[in-house]
Amino acid sequence: MTRYLLRRAGGSLIALVLASVIVFVGVRSLPGDPAVALSGEGRDPAVINAIRVKYGLDQPLPAQYLRWVTLAAVGDLGSSAKTGAPVGRIVLERIPVTVQLALMSLFAAMAIGIPLGVLSAVRRGHIPDYVGSGVALLGLSMPTFWLGIVLILVFAITLRWLPASGYVSPFTDPLESARRMLLPAIVLGSGFGAVLMRQVRSAMVESLQADYVRTARAKGLSEARVVGIHALRNSLITVVTIVGLELGALISGSVVTEQIFLIPGFGRLVLESISTRDYPLIQGVALFSAAGYILLNLLVDVLYSLLNPRIRVSRFSA
Amino acid sequence: MSAAVASLAPAAPLERSTRFAVVRRFGRRPPAVLGAALAFAVIVMAVFAQVLAPWAPAANDFSAILAPPLAPGHLLGTDELGRDVLSRIIWGARVSMQAGVLATLLAMVVAVPIGLASGYYRGVLDTVVMRLVDTLLAFPFLILAVGFAAIFGPSLQIATLAIGLVQIPKQVRIARGEVLSLREETFVQGAVADGASDAFILFRHILPNVANTLLVQATVLIPYAILGESTLSFLGLGVQPPTPSWGVMLTAAQAFLSQAPWLALVPGITILVTTMSFNLLGDGLRDTLDPRDAGR
Repeated sequence: MTRYLLRRAGGSLIALVLASVIVFVGVRSLPGDPAVALSGEGRDPAVINAIRVKYGLDQPLPAQYLRWVTLAAVGDLGSSAKTGAPVGRIVLERIPVTVQLALMSLFAAMAIGIPLGVLSAVRRGHIPDYVGSGVALLGLSMPTFWLGIVLILVFAITLRWLPASGYVSPFTDPLESARRMLLPAIVLGSGFGAVLMRQVRSAMVESLQADYVRTARAKGLSEARVVGIHALRNSLITVVTIVGLELGALISGSVVTEQIFLIPGFGRLVLESISTRDYPLIQGVALFSAAGYILLNLLVDVLYSLLNPRIRVSRFSA
Repeated sequence: MSAAVASLAPAAPLERSTRFAVVRRFGRRPPAVLGAALAFAVIVMAVFAQVLAPWAPAANDFSAILAPPLAPGHLLGTDELGRDVLSRIIWGARVSMQAGVLATLLAMVVAVPIGLASGYYRGVLDTVVMRLVDTLLAFPFLILAVGFAAIFGPSLQIATLAIGLVQIPKQVRIARGEVLSLREETFVQGAVADGASDAFILFRHILPNVANTLLVQATVLIPYAILGESTLSFLGLGVQPPTPSWGVMLTAAQAFLSQAPWLALVPGITILVTTMSFNLLGDGLRDTLDPRDAGR
């Protein structure tokens, strides 16, 4: 187990280093000279030169990379070219907002996807199965940004039940915060819920045909216990896998969702950094999202192997 | 020896009778047939936009600003500049299909040879490729696309490139996985023993046997790319106005949600129906072509 964890962590570390190289090279490929951009309106050659020396931009690229990655490793991602605030601080201020949105959307996805998946599997080939599969297909095919627009149109503009946009911290007013996050969470969770429904359905179909379920039925257990305790518990491991696979989609989705509902989270910061051409911020945001994805995936993998020893052994021997 | 190998070889992908059986199996799935018909309709719309669209996409009818659907001369209404919504939807199909097909082609053309070689040769090449693939998977689609738009400026071409490139790691994994199991099959081992070249084995024996999986993957990728293009255009990172794109139409519609909701509903429903049709087609193809599902 320890060997597996070490191996997996080593792989993540390599991915992290490679990701940092990609981010560094990517940002260096952006048009324009960062020293000129930082020098302001005057474009004084002496000032530009001084900036080059100060930020090590006169050094060869590998030296620049080493300097940047060493500083990034201790949490120093530089300062925003526009506001002068530390990039690390800007990013960390936005992360909790997106985490709240992501957690609420995960909850929404599970609240819809799991029961629908179970129902479709139990009533396989009947009306509930067709309805469930139809809903999942809708969720997979619907553009999230359009769903957002439609929900705003129905619940904010027409019915006036919920606010169309804005953010309130849960620490200031938990109820209002949840109210404002409800529509964005449904929008962000819709695609994930659809994937989850499909996977839970197929895992349940398999579980319901397994020997241990037949034994449970033969023992005279009620159908609710057979489905709820025996079959579902073994199918739930699918949820962990899907969470791991869908993390990237969740980060991408947060960019769109936060843009539609004007939520000041990490996703919106991605777009803001690009529209203001704030290179240190772009670099920090890209590195943060890649690192976050790699680390969360590692966490999901470890959790997965803890839940299912068979996977651990087969992956280890592979 | 070579005669013995020839008798082992199942590489000829689909015989004529098998093809008929596949078509028959596909035809027995109404959702798949519906998906294929709708997808075909969108393709026709994209190819014959010039003939089918009643108005030019940028033509203004100032006597009908924000006209609702079923207004005279404008079946699906007009936008804030008096442009015909139906015509812009038809022209938008061209943009969507262009992004969908080209991004899918790009992903497949780059990923399949890498995946085939990686799975076939294994060793150091496989380790390096898979490590790179894992790293690239760490960049969410929109982060990469946003980066591309920042480097090269927003346009349909760049959006298509970003959508295609983002799909490469996943497709490499799928192609590699298929080859890993195929290379242990007797007909491949037989060809190796017969002294066939690696290129011959890869393209004559292995590729035809992964073709079905790749075809299904391509069908699944097209709706994904269409959604990607409309998302990027919606965010201002793809097609730029006044070029008609379903995503661009939705961005503009946001300002008129209470006044002219059809401006948001029509392009949204069009995207939904298009992606759903390709998803249904992909599901149908997978059920029909995947040998593991055959006979169900």
